[in-house]
This record gives sequence, C-alpha cells and structure tokens, in this order.
Amino acid sequence: MVVLSTAELSGLAQELRADSLKMIATAVSGHPGGSLSAAEILATLYFKELAFRAQEPSWPGRDRFILSKGHAVPVLYAALCRAGCIEEEELSTLRSIDSRLQGHPDHVRLPWIEAATGSLGQGLSVSVGMALGEKLDNENSYRTYCLMGDGEIQAGQVWEAAMSAGKFGLAKLTGIVDYNKVQLDGRVSNIMDLEPLADKWEAFGWHVVDVDGNDIDSLLAAYDSARANDEKPTVIIAQTIKGKGVSFMEDTHAWHGKAPNENELEQALLELGVGAAQDN
Amino acid sequence: MAKATRVAFGEALARLGATHENVVVVDGDLSCSTNTRKFSEQFPARFIQLGIAEGNMVGVAAGLAMTGKIPFVSSFACFLAGRFEQIRMSVGYNNANVRLVGTHAGVGTGEDGYSQMGLEDVALMRSLPNMVVLQPADAVEAERATEFLADYVGPAYLRLSRQALPDIFDSDYSFEFGKGIRLREGRDLVLVASGGVVANCLEAAELLAANGVEAGVVNIHTIKPLDEQLLREVASNSSRVLTVEDHGVIGGLGSAVVEALSEMPDVVVRRHGVLGYGESGTQVDLYARHMLDSAGIAEAARRFLTPDVEAVATG
Ligand SMILES: Cc1ncc(C[n+]2csc(CCOP(=O)(O)OP(=O)(O)O)c2C)c(N)n1
Repeated sequence: MVVLSTAELSGLAQELRADSLKMIATAVSGHPGGSLSAAEILATLYFKELAFRAQEPSWPGRDRFILSKGHAVPVLYAALCRAGCIEEEELSTLRSIDSRLQGHPDHVRLPWIEAATGSLGQGLSVSVGMALGEKLDNENSYRTYCLMGDGEIQAGQVWEAAMSAGKFGLAKLTGIVDYNKVQLDGRVSNIMDLEPLADKWEAFGWHVVDVDGNDIDSLLAAYDSARANDEKPTVIIAQTIKGKGVSFMEDTHAWHGKAPNENELEQALLELGVGAAQDN
Repeated sequence: MAKATRVAFGEALARLGATHENVVVVDGDLSCSTNTRKFSEQFPARFIQLGIAEGNMVGVAAGLAMTGKIPFVSSFACFLAGRFEQIRMSVGYNNANVRLVGTHAGVGTGEDGYSQMGLEDVALMRSLPNMVVLQPADAVEAERATEFLADYVGPAYLRLSRQALPDIFDSDYSFEFGKGIRLREGRDLVLVASGGVVANCLEAAELLAANGVEAGVVNIHTIKPLDEQLLREVASNSSRVLTVEDHGVIGGLGSAVVEALSEMPDVVVRRHGVLGYGESGTQVDLYARHMLDSAGIAEAARRFLTPDVEAVATG
C-alpha cells in the first residue's frame, strides 16, 4: 500500500464525510452525526493501520475491524469504496431494497463486514472472540479493532467484554471509543455520564490512550502505542466532535439520525470543501 | 389522519402523567423515537433515563413496580425482546406490574434494516404465562390501549409501529381487553390480523370482493389473552383462516391462532407473515416484498383458496 501523508489522510477523511452525507441524502435516512465524527478514525485505519486485501475479503491473515456502533456504517462503506473493495456506483444503493449496503452492517450480504452490528453493545464481545481465536491460530497472525460509540458503552455487555479482554491479556485487541459526547436523545454527560472513563478501562485491565480523535497524527501515534504494548488490550479514547466538519451538524443530537435535504447537503459539501458537483 | 401508533402512545402517555401520579417512564436513549419525549418534558421527575442499557432498564422497572409505581419501559421492540432473560425473571416471574412498550414493529421499520426490527418479540412475550400482549391497529386504538394499560395490573407488552397507519376507528372507539373485533364479514375466508397490517387487510378484502371472493377481517388488538371464542365462531363460518402479521411467521399471532383452533377438525389456518430475516428498504418496498400490502395479502388469500397453488414456505 502506498504510504499516505498526514495531509492526504486528512483530505481522505473529508472525502469520507462527503461520501457519507451523499449516501445518506440519497437514501433519505441514516446517521450523519456519528459517521462524521469517525471519519479520521476510518481513514487512518483503512489507509494506514489495517492489513487487508481489497479483493480477498476472507484472507485469513487480515486484521479484523468491527464497527460496533453499526449505525455509522455509511462512513465504513465510504472507506471500503475508496479502498477498492466496493464500486462507487453501489454507494447510492444504501438502505434500498436488495442492496448489500444495509442500513446497519450485514456480514452475510457483504463479505468485508466482519460482524453484523446495529444492536449496540455487542461488537466488543465478538472482537474478544476474534482476538481469542487469533491466539489459538498457529498459522495466522492479525490484530482486531473495535469501534464503539460513547453512548454505546453504557451497555453492560461492553464491560463484560472489557473484563474478559483484560483477563486474557488480549494485547492484539484495540478498542476505540468515538467520544463525541452526544448520543441519540442528548448529551452523554446528562443521559448517563461515563467519567472517569480512562479509570474505568484501566480498572478492567486495559492500556488507555486518550487522544484527539479528529487528528490524524494523534490517532497514528495511538495505534503505535497499542502495538507497543504486548501485555494488555488497548483502548483509544478518541475525543471527537459529533457531526465534525459541517457547522450545523456539529455537537448536537439533532443530526444523530436525520438525512440532509438537497440544500443542506449542498451547504455541507461546500463546508467540507470537496466539491458539491461530483455525485455518487 | 394517518399517524404512527408510537406517536399516539406518546400523546396518551403524556396525558396519563397528569391523571396517574404513579405512572413513571423508564427510557434508554430513545425517547425521541419511542415518543416518551413529551412525558419527559412534562414530568421530568418521573422520567428515568438510563442510557443505552436495556437489561438494566428492565430490572429497574421491575424494582419500581415493586414499590408501587406503574412503569412504562419504552424501547424498540427488538431491544426489549433482546433482554428476554431479564423480562422472564425480573418482570414475569416476579409478576411485576411493568408495561413494556416496543416500537418499530416488523419490517414496517424500513430502511434501518433487520437490526432495528421487532420480528420475534410477540413470540417471546407471548411465551411468558402472565404476560399480556397488545398490538393496536391505528392511532385511536393505540391511545385507548395505552389508557387501558395505565390501570391494568400485571406484566404487559404493547407493540407499536414506526410508520404512520391509516385511521380505522372513530374517536368514540372503546377498547375491550381480550376481545377481537370483526371489521368485515365474509364467507370464503377470514383474515385475522393485528397491528399495522389490519388496514391493508381491509383493502385486500375489497380487492378480493372485486373478484368475487368474500373475505372477512378480524382485528386482534389483544394477542394474549386471545379471543378464542370469536375465532372459533368466525372459523366455523368460513373454515379458512389466513393470519396476517408484520412479525416473523414463527411464534406470533399466526401461531397463537393455530394453537387456539387446533382442535377444530374442518378448519384450515395458514400463517402469513415475515419469512427469514428482515432487510433494509422503504416501508413500501418491504411490504410489497413480504406481501403485506393490500395486493400482497389479496394474492396470499388467492393462493390459499386455490388448492393447486403451492403453499408458501414457512420458516
Ligand atoms: C441496544 C440498542 N439500543 C438502542 C439503539 C438505538 N440507537 C441507535 S444509535 C443510538 C445512539 C448511539 O449513541 P453513540 O453510541 O454515542 O453513537 P454516536 O454518537 O457515535 O453516533 C441509539 C440509542 C440501538 N441501536 N441498540
């Protein structure tokens, strides 16, 4: 894979944002806020960190990525498209009948999806299973990454999974929390506060890295720190902004699960600076 | 005016807040979707926001009920069904006075796809001995069912639609717990339906009538306890019963009706519902795909009445 510069990865993240919004606008439904907050995370994973073969989704040596916050799947489809796994024309089929691009990730329909998600709170358990499987695999070596929402980690199952990853010392497992401070009904701090969040993960036996999750270099450094730790699973607490990159979508629950109309999309693409003219 | 039953529920709930001071609402980051938002604004002290943690929600509701409160627990039907173990133990086995309200019933949920669709919830809830199961067919019925539940004592499940449903009943409609409603008479077969597909059954009956087939329609708002007496009556009149529901074809209304009529020798029941897992699509496309729109239901009825047409596979 060609090594992309920080600026190129940044530009790519903006394109993932634009693609996500175009897909959601075409589908007239979907989740912009949590897709936009995760754009740098997806860009750095798919264009720097993850080992995978675009044309061989079941390659046994691939790194596993589980999008536990499944509603943000547009940004994953956008990344899979830019990475050469799926065709650009397919993006406009998001959420329509017979599409492989289901409203939430579908492992059976789309081979690059490692596990079905959309019911929040389950992805980390599946990731723990994959990381345990890797430990038992004498032929293949890979890492497992799991992206969770901050609202999502209110779910008890996440902490059951966290405890088990700690117990087994799953050093090749990296959790990422998209800490965008907002969930569906409002602010995380009002709904069910997570703080002190780093202490919680530490208490469960995890190596914790707290970074600016909308900053490319900080994320890359966090992945390096995870690789360097060979005793514990790592969680990257990615401080992000919900709706990042589009002023009227930023830091609000209003755009958690609402599609932009034509004017709003145009305005958004203008702000993202990636050209409103090109479409899906 | 067409309205989603989840919206009618939210409005009724906010009104009940004023008349029933023991009513409390337990929510898990979905008040904007389940429509408990209105209640939360009017009665903030009686609105308990627990975040995305449905297992905990169910247990907390059971505890509240045991202190004399009347908790309404709202989430998507699939997320409540997903906490079945907590429901069977903390709510069911304790006979706790909890109302579970599951919205986003069936493939009518639309574009979000399978992960957000309640497709097994009726099957699960129905299996608990003391759980009653209600599913209104329009906004007025949803309002009345919600009002009924505020005074009902015991575990209850209320299943609601995401999508707007056309009006069937007038505002003077009165809800009779446990009673099916004959909406239309017909000697050739009877469509026994519940929830969002009832209006489509009425339209399907019109389509069938245009082709000389007389189809009756029965609305089952109370899936449990089921109005077995009425079902036996209508079944003995027409001897063919087609159950119609936006739910998996295993374990829902159809199964309940088959259980109820299993000892009637001359009655044939066919279950019509969702086969396989649901998927993304517009509600209109999905109802066409699963033959739950009026044309699809009419076609299912025709196949049922025409012996040489293969039975629709189940499972
Ligand atoms: C178990 C479960 N409960 C509820 C939902 C409905 N839901 C979808 S997204 C969402 C909010 C998610 O918030 P967060 O995890 O913070 O995601 P982000 O802000 O990154 O979009 C909720 C409650 C769900 N998908 N799964």
